[in-house]
Amino acid sequence: MNLTLRIWRQPGPDSEGAMTTYEVSGISPDMSFLEMLDTLNEDLIERGDEPVAFDHDCREGICGACGMVINGDAHGPERTTTCQLHMRHFTDGETIDVEPWRAAAFPVVKDLVVDRSAFDRIIGAGGYVTVATGSAPEAHATPVAKPAADTAFEHAECIGCGACVAACPNGSAMLFTSAKVVHLASLPQGAPERETRVLDMVGTMDDEGFGGCTNTGMCTTVCPKGIPMSSITTMNREFLRATRKGGGSR
Amino acid sequence: MTSPYLDYTTGDPIADTKAPAGPVAERWNRRRFEAKLVNPANRRKHTVIVVGTGLAGGAAGATLAEQGYHVVQFCYQDSPRRAHSIAAQGGINAAKNYRGDGDSVQRLFYDTVKGGDFRARESNVHRLAEVSVEIIDQCVAQGVPFAREYGGLLDTRSFGGVQVSRTFYARGQTGQQLLLGAYQALSRQIAAGNVEMHARTEMLDLIVADGRARGIVARDLVTGRIDTYFADAVVLASGGYGNVFYLSTNAKNSNATAIWRAHRRGAHFANPCFTQIHPTCIPRSGDHQSKLTLMSESLRNDGRIWVPVRAGDTRAPADIPEDERDYYLERIYPSFGNLVPRDIASRAAKNVCDEGRGVGPGGQGVYLDFADAIARLGRDAVAAKYGNLFEMYARITAEDPYATPMRIYPAIHYTMGGLWVDYDLQTTVPGLFAIGEANFSDHGANRLGASALMQGLADGYFILPATLADFLARHPHDEIPPDHPAVTDAVSEVTDRLYRLLSNNGDRTPDSFHRELGEILWDKCGMARTDAGLREALERIPALREEFWRRVRVPGSGSDLNQSLEKANRVADHLELAELMCLDALHRTESCGGHFREESRTDGGEAERRDEEFSYAAAWEFTGTGTAPVLHREQLLFEYVHPTQRSYT
Repeated sequence: MNLTLRIWRQPGPDSEGAMTTYEVSGISPDMSFLEMLDTLNEDLIERGDEPVAFDHDCREGICGACGMVINGDAHGPERTTTCQLHMRHFTDGETIDVEPWRAAAFPVVKDLVVDRSAFDRIIGAGGYVTVATGSAPEAHATPVAKPAADTAFEHAECIGCGACVAACPNGSAMLFTSAKVVHLASLPQGAPERETRVLDMVGTMDDEGFGGCTNTGMCTTVCPKGIPMSSITTMNREFLRATRKGGGSR
Repeated sequence: MTSPYLDYTTGDPIADTKAPAGPVAERWNRRRFEAKLVNPANRRKHTVIVVGTGLAGGAAGATLAEQGYHVVQFCYQDSPRRAHSIAAQGGINAAKNYRGDGDSVQRLFYDTVKGGDFRARESNVHRLAEVSVEIIDQCVAQGVPFAREYGGLLDTRSFGGVQVSRTFYARGQTGQQLLLGAYQALSRQIAAGNVEMHARTEMLDLIVADGRARGIVARDLVTGRIDTYFADAVVLASGGYGNVFYLSTNAKNSNATAIWRAHRRGAHFANPCFTQIHPTCIPRSGDHQSKLTLMSESLRNDGRIWVPVRAGDTRAPADIPEDERDYYLERIYPSFGNLVPRDIASRAAKNVCDEGRGVGPGGQGVYLDFADAIARLGRDAVAAKYGNLFEMYARITAEDPYATPMRIYPAIHYTMGGLWVDYDLQTTVPGLFAIGEANFSDHGANRLGASALMQGLADGYFILPATLADFLARHPHDEIPPDHPAVTDAVSEVTDRLYRLLSNNGDRTPDSFHRELGEILWDKCGMARTDAGLREALERIPALREEFWRRVRVPGSGSDLNQSLEKANRVADHLELAELMCLDALHRTESCGGHFREESRTDGGEAERRDEEFSYAAAWEFTGTGTAPVLHREQLLFEYVHPTQRSYT
């Protein structure tokens, strides 16, 4: 396949960026999208040009490092991560636009690389169970009903890629935050910190400059792990409950 | 030209001096009791550097910070949550015996020593089995959503050919869930100010002054800034070195730089040739392939592996009649069939492909066929068991595994070798510790399935915090001046090397060298190794290294995010490590575990271990780039599990 790529190039956080056009040829339909970019980058290096910077690591769809807006869609046309998107979903001769995640809370570092450290701070605000190493009770001391364990797992699957934020017209991190809130609220182990957790995480989310939720559902549409929209509803209920209980944040 | 490495010399034997004597089951208790403690009020005064945030590093950083130490932690990823432990699929072993099926600490110990083909240390492995039960408690308390039964208790499954059901799991994403548990505990400590976290920062050298590890030199990958960090102890949790092969199941940026630089500064490197090749990976689809994807070996429970009887048979699998198919594992190993251990399954696949009977592009693949399972159990039952794996396969290959057999081929997956450590997980450099896949300790020459997660968390949560306290208690805090020659030397070596890469102005990309190195290693130091092949590799690798430094091209500057520079710097280290791997493989003329020497086979053609000569761990001492290292042998004693030859026919 031969393709025309229009890629966002931006040398640094404070520089101006622009869409830059490249031609690539000899692309195999079996390549992943990132392998297609590897091909472009090898050409660029050989010519002495700087390759396109992009985050990636496991290339198995689980680490959450990769992510770019492809033809306007976060992670492109398939509901998967960019590393698991293959070129067979494009056609020969096509022009493809490639941009970084666009969100106020995710400043561009370089080219397609953005700073998602706000996610780490949301987790640090309460996305855990306080349990010092070695102090845990015997694992079978507290049974967990299978449906609750399954709900917890489905929300714990979030890979923190940030597609939800990138796709949201408001740049909201509600789906990311709610996935962790619901994961831990579903389990008895999460109960003692249930109120402080949701209040602190939501507070940090707001402080980091993410927008509010207006129920467009774009987040869940692009989520490679299928975190459901109901996650946000549950978090809102948890937030209201915690507020009513007067459970001030820590 | 012959490799100078062939002139390696043998130095003094090395021994683990930290494991207490006495019955193996009492050693860990005794060591913990004998270890000195650090007064809680004094812990703040001690700084500990942890490099890496995977299961071992994440668990260690969180635990040490909780206990009151000042932790300074590093990862090259943009977030500690992305360390490659996240990609582990299958599960984690623990001797809980919840099934009442005869499991025990003793049995897990036995299985691990035997599975490692008698090349691991008994004391360490017994401790690992003891600690395994605490790991599950810890993770459940953190909210790790393990699979459960309807009664609300934890589910387990059997794995990797052992006869008990001791593997705890969270669907096919156990590594992800365990890592997020450790990451969340670490995040709590970061928010509390107890861990100073440096993401997107890569360790590029170790500072050793006055015979002790004092800190590291690291590069901020976003600004390019080179900084020094000082500490009372340095813990490397930077993972394995499988990426030296270029194509592996490791993450693209996983690398050996931290452990290799530590090796260059005096830490012995043990058993570098012990690498694990996993039999069920998706084959490469072309020269563009950038990494390989593993599929859980649980597939071998129901899939049948075959190739055409006739070499060069290019018919579609459906057109090959039953009597023209060779179900070679069932034929050669009738009692274990498709469930032979990983190393045997991998070698058998290589053999049939070498005979020209491989399938798919380039003839580098074998079929894994579910037609019988679908006929027997129904499509729905097969989908319930393996649906997510079938989906993943279909997404990558665009083939429907319900309709046509999967194609699989072995790939590098894990490295048992690593920095030599004693029972305290301390390397030969005082104050430098190595945990998780970065060390060599627990898996011998072959790792059992679901044991990597167990070892990473055992080291990080439970073992290192106890043994590190002993070191810190015996070495009161003191500081070296920032202009100490050891510091300025390390910094200038790092900056000189980056400058050299950037100013080289060659004509080849870093990746092109990495691919070429990977091909040499895969051919000569992969699934089967020979004297002649390894000697050839020992000639070609230094030549490639020389060409690398002459011709590599790294565009851009060192003062911002430059992924080519990161890559080139890692490839430079791979080009040195690869040579040591080949020497280790050449010197070990026996076959054991993942290391198969064509010359060392039984009459039946199977791997032949030679205990009289090789019952030792090979710890290599660095003497200079391209100059012969010194071999130190650690003799292994088997008091409890007596070595036997493995047989699966």
